[in-house]
Amino acid sequence: MNLLWSITLATLTKDIRLEWRSKDALNSMLFFSLLVVVIFSFSFDPNAEESRQIAGGLIWVAFLFAAVVALNQTWARELRNQVLDAYRVSPAPANALFMAKALGYFLFVIILEAVMTPLFIAFYNLRALGSAWLLIPVAILGTWALVVNGTFFAAISLRTRSREIMLPLLLFPIALPAVQGMVEATRIILSGDGAARPWIVLLLTYDVVFTTASLALFETILHAE
Amino acid sequence: MKRAFHIFAVVTAVLLAYALYQALVVAPTEQTMGDVQRIFYYHVPSAWTAFLLFFFNFIASIQYLTEGKPARRAVNWIVIAIGIVGAIAPFIPQVKQQLPVGMYPSSVATTALAIAGLYFLIGKLFSGQALDALAVTTAEVGVVFCTIVLVTGPIWARPVWGIWWTWDMRLTLTLVLWLIYVSYLVLRRFSDSGQTPVLAAALAVFGALDVPLVYFSIWFFRTQHPQPVIGGGGSIDPRMLHVLLINWLAFSCLAFLICWSRYRLEHLRREVEEAPLC
Repeated sequence: MNLLWSITLATLTKDIRLEWRSKDALNSMLFFSLLVVVIFSFSFDPNAEESRQIAGGLIWVAFLFAAVVALNQTWARELRNQVLDAYRVSPAPANALFMAKALGYFLFVIILEAVMTPLFIAFYNLRALGSAWLLIPVAILGTWALVVNGTFFAAISLRTRSREIMLPLLLFPIALPAVQGMVEATRIILSGDGAARPWIVLLLTYDVVFTTASLALFETILHAE
Repeated sequence: MKRAFHIFAVVTAVLLAYALYQALVVAPTEQTMGDVQRIFYYHVPSAWTAFLLFFFNFIASIQYLTEGKPARRAVNWIVIAIGIVGAIAPFIPQVKQQLPVGMYPSSVATTALAIAGLYFLIGKLFSGQALDALAVTTAEVGVVFCTIVLVTGPIWARPVWGIWWTWDMRLTLTLVLWLIYVSYLVLRRFSDSGQTPVLAAALAVFGALDVPLVYFSIWFFRTQHPQPVIGGGGSIDPRMLHVLLINWLAFSCLAFLICWSRYRLEHLRREVEEAPLC
C-alpha cells in the first residue's frame, strides 16, 4: 500500500511539474471552454429565467468537451521515448499510474472550473435560487466521474487508430448518466425547484462503481498485447 | 455440422413464415390502435432478442477477462450468490411487497436462476478465443436487433402517441444500449487485432455497469411506454400473447441462426489470420 502511494505521488508530482512548465493541458482546456461559452452565447440569447434552466447543460457540456481535449494528451505524452513501455516492464503497480493520471487531470479540470465558473456567471447573469454550496459536491463528484472514465478510455483509445476521435466515442455513451446527473443537479440548484439530492447520490454511485471498475481492469488494459 | 445448419435454417424460415401469418392474419385486431398494433409482434421479440444477446456479450466478456485469473473464482461466487439470493429473496414477504404489480416472485426467481445457469453454461462451452468470438458475434447481431427495435418503435408511436420519440425510460435505455454497443463495434474496428479482445471486453463490462445507472438516472422521469407484457403491470389478450410468443420463438431462432453463421465466419477468419504465410 505504501509503495502504491509513493509511486502514485511520484507520478503525480511529475505530471504536475510537467504541466506547470508547459501549461499545455490547462491552456488548451481554458481557451477551448471559453470558445464554447462564447459560441453558446451567440447561439442562444436567454433571459435570466431561461438561462437558469439551460446553464447547467451549457456549463457541463463545455467542461466535458474541454476535458476530452485535454485527456487525449494524458497518455500520448507517455508514448514519447517509450515511457509507457518502460512502465509496463517495471514492477510498479499499474494502478499507481492510473491513480496519478486521474488525480492529476482531476486537479486540472477543477482549476479549469474554478476559472470558468465566474465567467459563466458573468456571461449569463446567473444567481442560484437553491442552496449554492451544493454546487461544490456536484462539481467534485461530476468532475471525478468524467476524469476517472476519461482516463481509462484514453488508455484504451491509445491503442487504436485515430485515437483522438476514439475517446469521445467511447466516453460519451458511458458518461451519459453522469452527465445527466450533473446537468440536472446544477439546474435544480440554480432554479431552486426540486431536490438535487437524488442526483448527487447518483453521481456518488457512478463514481464508486466506475472507480472500482477502472482500478480492477486497468492492469489488464495496460498489459494488453 | 454444416448439414445441421441447413436444416436449422429451413426450420427457422418455416417458423418465421408461420409467425408472420399468425401476426398479420390470426391475431385479433387491437380495439383502439387498429392494425398498427401488429408491429408489436416484431418490436417486442426483437427487443427481447437484442437484450438477451447483449447479456450474452456481457457474460462472454467478463469470462474472457477473468479467464485463468484468481478473479474468476470471485466472479463465480458472485454469480452463485446472485442465483441463490435471486431464487429465495422474492418469496420473502417484505421483498415480495416491493415487486412491481403483476411481477410474480416465481418469474423473478426463474430469471435469477437462468442468469446463473447461462453464465456457467457459457463458461462450460466456450473458452479463450472462442469467448471473444462469441462476444463479437452477439454484439453485432444484438446491434442489428436493437436497430429493428429503435426503428419499429417510432413507426408505431407516431400514429398511437402522436409523436415519433419521447425521452421515456425504456426508449432512452434502449437508445443508450444501442449507443454503447455501437461504440463497442467501433472500438473493435479501430484497434489492432492483437489487443482488440481485451480492450473490447473491458468496454463491454463498463457498458453493462452503466445500464443500471442509466436506468436510475431516468427513474425520476415519468414513463410513457406501455407496461411490459410479461412480468409487468400490462395486460394482453391471451390470443395476442400466443402470437407474440410464436414470434419470439421465430426471432430467437433467426438470431441464433445468424449468430451461428457469424460465429463460424469469425472462427474461419481467425484460422486464416493465424495460418502461416507460404
